[in-house]
Amino acid sequence: MGKKESILKNNLRQYVMVIVFALVIVLFQVLTNGVLLKPLNVSNLISQNGYILILAIGMLLCILTGGNVDLSVGSVAGFVGAMSAIMMLKWGIPEVPTILISLAIGFAIGCWQGFWIAYVGVPAFIATLAGMLIFRGLTLVVLQGTSLAPLPAAYTFLASGFLPGIVDVGGYNLLAIILGVAVSVFYVLRELKNRENKRKYDFEVTPLKVFILQTIGILAVINAFVLTLASYKGIPMVLVIVIILVAIYSFVTMKTIPGRHIYAFGGNAKAAQLSGVNTKKVMFWVYANMGVLAALAGIIFTGRLNSATPKSGTNFELDAIAACFIGGASTSGGVGTVIGAMVGGLLMGVLNNGMSIMGVSIDWQQAIKGFVLLAAVAFDVYSKSKSK
Amino acid sequence: MEQYVLEMRNIIKTFPGVKALDDVNFKIKPLQIHALVGENGAGKSTLMNVLSGVYPHGTYEGDIVVNGEICAFKNIKESEAKGIAIIHQELALIPQLSIAENVFLGNEQTGIGPIISWDKTRQKTIEMMKKVGLTDNIDTKVRDLGMGKQQLVEIIKALSKDVKILILDEPTAALNDDDSKHLLDLLLGLKEHGITCIIISHKLNEVTRVADEITVLRDGKTIETLTKGTDEITEARIIKGMVGREIVDRFPKRSHKIGDVYFEVKNWNAYDTIDDTKHVLKDVNIQCRKGEVVGIAGLMGAGRTEFAMSVFGKSYGKKISGTILKNGKEIHIKNVKDAIKNGLAYTTEDRKSVGLILIDNIKRNISLTAFDKISKGIVIDENKEIKVAEEFRSKLRIKSSSILQKTGNLSGGNQQKVVFSKWIFSDPDVLILDEPTRGIDVGAKYEIYTVINELTEKGKTIILISSELPEVLGMSDRVYIMNEGRIVGELAASEASQESVMHCIMESNREG
Repeated sequence: MGKKESILKNNLRQYVMVIVFALVIVLFQVLTNGVLLKPLNVSNLISQNGYILILAIGMLLCILTGGNVDLSVGSVAGFVGAMSAIMMLKWGIPEVPTILISLAIGFAIGCWQGFWIAYVGVPAFIATLAGMLIFRGLTLVVLQGTSLAPLPAAYTFLASGFLPGIVDVGGYNLLAIILGVAVSVFYVLRELKNRENKRKYDFEVTPLKVFILQTIGILAVINAFVLTLASYKGIPMVLVIVIILVAIYSFVTMKTIPGRHIYAFGGNAKAAQLSGVNTKKVMFWVYANMGVLAALAGIIFTGRLNSATPKSGTNFELDAIAACFIGGASTSGGVGTVIGAMVGGLLMGVLNNGMSIMGVSIDWQQAIKGFVLLAAVAFDVYSKSKSK
Repeated sequence: MEQYVLEMRNIIKTFPGVKALDDVNFKIKPLQIHALVGENGAGKSTLMNVLSGVYPHGTYEGDIVVNGEICAFKNIKESEAKGIAIIHQELALIPQLSIAENVFLGNEQTGIGPIISWDKTRQKTIEMMKKVGLTDNIDTKVRDLGMGKQQLVEIIKALSKDVKILILDEPTAALNDDDSKHLLDLLLGLKEHGITCIIISHKLNEVTRVADEITVLRDGKTIETLTKGTDEITEARIIKGMVGREIVDRFPKRSHKIGDVYFEVKNWNAYDTIDDTKHVLKDVNIQCRKGEVVGIAGLMGAGRTEFAMSVFGKSYGKKISGTILKNGKEIHIKNVKDAIKNGLAYTTEDRKSVGLILIDNIKRNISLTAFDKISKGIVIDENKEIKVAEEFRSKLRIKSSSILQKTGNLSGGNQQKVVFSKWIFSDPDVLILDEPTRGIDVGAKYEIYTVINELTEKGKTIILISSELPEVLGMSDRVYIMNEGRIVGELAASEASQESVMHCIMESNREG
């Protein structure tokens, strides 16, 4: 009994987050008379939030280093989007090179900010606040205050395209279903291996019944989700990008040396330094990486709007930051997961989407999101102080 | 019934799953110094937290009786109102504020309404500084004071609240011998000012010197109270009470062979990191042999930690010059990574704030220094990582629920074992141990010493920095004495004694 309780206690935060997420979905499903989970809307939900999720991945790494945030990502996304539109429409550069150059611009911007933060020692808050102003300004400068549209189809494919379906089976997209099954199998195998390993070292494992229920639940969710998408147009490109990024970054943060260095740095900078972690390098690369992901988010957002506008990207940074904290990242660093940030981002996405369908005005939506953020972090602080 | 100024009767305090205090009785006579001793985890801090109201009335069983009156403190403010003040091991001073501002923080001296009267504040501070013999300017910022003086400021702060019972938790842990002596003399003097002191300390020589009565706690129970004059008060006697058996040797025997000269630092100079005009290390030369324990003794501020850290990947200091030789060959160390690569390890004096990542578990802390050994490319092999951690947990007997326990929840001794594990894992040839047993109880100390001996048997070179002279003398084969950034003496184990070490320091002070 004692073991079970401690597992529950240790993972309380995650369980609560998932449960809240599920409740919010059920709530809006009822309130919107079933519109929320209609295939069209689920598909929309993903393309509406893809860029926030991408930003949240990079933002999580920044936050892990010690509660540092990057305030410039919205402006950088806007700037990179503007630059890519200019490259294609004014300079005649083809789509693929444009995308690559845009990512390179993002990387350069990330290095620029990383340099000031890591090597000069400007606090991240200030350096990225400066970046926010600089790149918003530059966006206006390069666009000369106007919008550029429409954009080539190959460019917007990333944002609004779908994976081709091979064949349609009774109105369902076959590739989507195959991928769904593949992911399910992979998930089960991985969980079994994890469990086996934990057993081997005599660590606490969740009781078999709970494990089976949990696995069945997750498989059901994955397949229901994929089936829903399959009955519409298939799997959106954005979803593919997000899943690939989540897989890569989850792996990097949990299983590699650079990942551990980030957590160690955030957990105790001095101790990490005295253990041979090059903290400056960690800081630099975290921000350089954020630059690339901000650029990618910019490309996707611009593609989705099918135009580059001077205002695009405004307030993205706040949504990304909120996603990380709702997803359980610690404000003092060293704690948080990529998956958590994704659930946080999706939770906000569902709130937005659900309220929009219900006709709640945008101003109320903002206020409600504010309350959710406050409640999530307050709960976190409260449960931590209680567990001590 | 004015026999006791304070009585704690049948105190029982349970935390989920543990009985931290089990029927503890603790009686203090007025105007005495009463020492509370016990191993780490014996319940000393818990008892003092019950007394000072950190754990409010109702969360424990039993009675607290102050001057014959049963008290039920709901918080610290209420215990302070009864004249009970506690000075914690980690000082609660604000470094950026001046002495006077710190003393009256939270107890501001006001003139009209809420407006602070600085005249009153200064005047009262000066008055009390005289009492404790602190001569600095009252506008000096606390961060510019040494640890010893900061401790005095804490005492002044307590005095300003009209304290009757002063509790000091490990007051001398971070002090050198001179400052400790001054502080203890001050405590003796406080009796005349009508103040009763409770002192928690691991330094038994100090306890035997100043305490009128000694209460020994073990596993949450009061074992005995020894009274000066009636009972035998010796360190051995107290240790027996603390651990429940007699420890014959405080330092385990060692069977090691000392080899050739292996690690040398020559003409080492360094300037302060912040103020690079301050010459901190001056022409330091040391030589260590394979399998040898070389002690570096000295007073607080002698530059020992600074020396160690500047050698260990230039973690301290500016304009560092000098050469490091290992096995006769010069090695160049630019950063911590180089240091680790060249087989150096450094365990910090402050394991909590710079030694460990307290929010991470044992496993993750141990692997941090040498990921290369358990990785393919940049990918960490978790199975190997677990094996390594399990191996150290059993070899160094780290008491924990599993290798997944957070290091922040371990006791001091076990935390230190994790620090040792992580550095032994990096497979060093030379280990610099900075205050390896600070704040650790007698039993755990012995275990740490055993680990040190095992390392020397494997031919490792140990540089041992400690403020506890008996430790340096008991463990080292050879002792360097450092004072004001210089090596001022070198003694073989056979000729080193408290007197000869102090003699070297005094001598150099006279010359300087």
